[in-house]
Amino acid sequence: MPELPESHVRQIYWRKNRRLMLVLGTIWFVVSLGCGVLWVEPLNTVQIGGFKLGFWFAQQGAIYTFIILIFVYARVMARLERQLGLQEPEA
Amino acid sequence: MSLMETTYWVVGASFVLYIWIAIRSRAGTTQEFYVASKGIHPVANGMATAADWMSAASFISMAGLIGLSYNGYGGSVFLMGWTGGYVILAMLIAPYLRKYGKFTVPEFIGDRYYSDTARVVAVICLIICSVTYVIGQMKGIGVAFSRFLETDYETGLLSGMVIVFFYAVLGGMRGITYTQIAQFCVLIFAYMVPAIFISLQLTGQPIPQLGLGSTLADGTYLLEKLDQTLLDLGFQEYTTSVRGSTLNMAAFTASLMIGTAGLPHVIIRFFTVPTVSAARTSAGWALVFIAILYTTAPAVAAMARLNIIQTLEPQPGQHLAIEERPEWFKNWEQTGLLGIDDKNQDGLIQYSADSQINELVTLDNDILVLANPEIARLPNWVIALVAAGGLAAALSTAAGLLLAISSAISHDLLKRTLLPNISERQELMASRLAMASAVLGAGYLGLNPPGFVAGTVALAFGLAAASLFPALLLGIFCKRVTREGAVLGMLAGIGVTLAYVFQHKGVMFIPDTSFLGDLPANWFFGIEPNAFGVVGAVVNLAVTLTVTRFTAPPPEPVQRLIDDIRVPAATTRI
Repeated sequence: MPELPESHVRQIYWRKNRRLMLVLGTIWFVVSLGCGVLWVEPLNTVQIGGFKLGFWFAQQGAIYTFIILIFVYARVMARLERQLGLQEPEA
Repeated sequence: MSLMETTYWVVGASFVLYIWIAIRSRAGTTQEFYVASKGIHPVANGMATAADWMSAASFISMAGLIGLSYNGYGGSVFLMGWTGGYVILAMLIAPYLRKYGKFTVPEFIGDRYYSDTARVVAVICLIICSVTYVIGQMKGIGVAFSRFLETDYETGLLSGMVIVFFYAVLGGMRGITYTQIAQFCVLIFAYMVPAIFISLQLTGQPIPQLGLGSTLADGTYLLEKLDQTLLDLGFQEYTTSVRGSTLNMAAFTASLMIGTAGLPHVIIRFFTVPTVSAARTSAGWALVFIAILYTTAPAVAAMARLNIIQTLEPQPGQHLAIEERPEWFKNWEQTGLLGIDDKNQDGLIQYSADSQINELVTLDNDILVLANPEIARLPNWVIALVAAGGLAAALSTAAGLLLAISSAISHDLLKRTLLPNISERQELMASRLAMASAVLGAGYLGLNPPGFVAGTVALAFGLAAASLFPALLLGIFCKRVTREGAVLGMLAGIGVTLAYVFQHKGVMFIPDTSFLGDLPANWFFGIEPNAFGVVGAVVNLAVTLTVTRFTAPPPEPVQRLIDDIRVPAATTRI
C-alpha cells in the first residue's frame, strides 16, 4: 500500500497486531488457565488413552499449544510486515 | 572404572569444553560484552535461552516437586507457568525491546519513563529478583558437587565460581551465549537418557511423553495404577489432587507466567539476535528446547514415583525388608535425601500418607531425578551424565543472572547515571569488574545463605511479575503512562509482594519475625506467598494507571520513542 502515508500504514500494522494478539492470547488463556485449571474437572471425565483430558492439558497439551502460538504469531507478523513494507533492514 | 572416576571424567570433560569456548569468544567491546554484537542466530539464541532459563531447580528439583510435594496434578502450575510466560514474552515484550535496541532492561525503563529515578528503581527491582534467584543456583552447584564428586560443599561451590568467573568475566554475553549452547546440549542429553530408559522399562514406549499415557506390563494404564496405588496408601489421587484451591492454582500459574516474561536475564537474551522478527522466532525456538525437558519432567515424576513405591511395596501388603534394601537406597541415605525409621520394629519399610505409620521419614524431592538412573539400574556413565547435566543447568543460569546484575550496575548505574563521561574502554573494564564482584558476591551468599533456603526461586518470579513486568508492558502499550505512575507502581508492586511474603514467612525469612504465621488460614483468599506475584502485578497496574491520570503526559520525544519501537521498520520521519 505505497500510496498511503507511512503514519497511516503504521496504524494499520498496530491495529492488526493487537487483533492477532487478542486472538492468540485468548487461545493461550483457554488451553492453560481454562482447560488446565478452571475446567479441569469436567474435562477429566473424558479419557484419551491413559490420560484424563484435563490432566493432559495441564501437563502436556498447554505446552504444545504455546509453541504453536508463538510460531503462528512470528509467521503472521513477518508476513504482515512484508505486505506493509515495514520490515526491518537486515543488520 | 569406578562410578567416582567416571563422574570426574565426564564432569571434567564438560568443564574443559566450557573453558575452551570461553577462550575462543572473548569480548572486545561493550557491544560484545552486553549483547554479543546482536549477531546470534535465532535458533542458537533459543538454545542459549533454554539453558539460561532451565536452572538447577528445573533440572534437579522440578520432577520431584511435581511427583512428590505437589502430588501430580498440583505440580502443573510449574509446567504451565514456566512455559506459558514465553508466549507473553514473544508477543508483548521481546520484539519491542529488541527494536529499542539498547543493552539492558533498566535502560529501557529509564528512557521510556524519561527519568533517572525510574532507571534506578528498575535496577533495584532487577537486583532483588536476580540475587534471590542466583543464590539458589550457587547452592545448586555446591550441592551437585558434594553429592556426586564427594567434595565438601565449599570446595564444590568454589570450583563452580572459578568456571563461571572465567567465561563470564572474559567473554560477557558472547562467552556466556556459546557456553550456554554447549550446556544446553549436555543438560538435555543428561535428562533424556534416563527418562527414555525408565519409560522403556515401565511401559515399553521409548518416548516418555507417550509412555506417561501408556499401559504397564500388567495391562493397566500407568496413571490409573499410580492413582490407585496412592489412594491405597492414603494419599490423594495423582491426576486430580489440587494444590490449595483452584484460585490458588490459577494465581500461582499466572504469577509464574508473567514473572517469566519480566525476568531481566531472560529478556536480555533477546537483545542478542539480529532483527525484531528473529526475536519472535527465537522465543519460539527457546520454548521448543525448554518443552523437551518440560514435557518429559511430568513423565519422570509419575514413573519415578511409581518405581519407588513398587520398590518399597512390590505387592500390596508385601513390604520391603530393611535388610534387603538395594545399594542405591543406602547410598542416598548417607546424603540425607532418604531416611527410614522402623517405627513398629517389624524390620519392614511401610510407606504411607499417615505420618504415624510412614517409615520412609525422609523422601527429598531431588531424589526422583538424582536417583532415577540407579533405580532403573542404568550404567555408571548415565549417572555421571546426570551430575554433569545438573552442573550445566546451574552454571548456565548463574552466568545469565550474573550478566543481568553486572550490566545493570556498570551500564545503568555507572554509565547512564553516575559517570556519564566514561569512555567505551573504561565501561568495558567497569563491566568486567562488576561481573567479577557479582560472582564473588553470589559465591559469598552461596557459602553463607541468608535465613531462607528453599522456595526462593519461585519467589523471584513473584517479584519480577509485580515490579518489572507491568512497567514494561504499559511502557510499550500505553503511551499516556507517566514516570510518576511507573515509579510508584513498581515500588507499590514489589512492596506489597515483599510485605505479603515477609508477613507469612518472616522478615528477610527469619521465621520468628513472621507476624501472621505461615498458616493457610491467614492467606489472602487462600493464595500462598509464592503465588502472590499476580496480585502484586495488579496492584502495580492499578497504582500506575491511577497516578498517571493525575500527572502531566510524557513529553513528545518519548511518544515518538514508543511509536518507533512498536514497528520493526526504521522511522523515516523525524
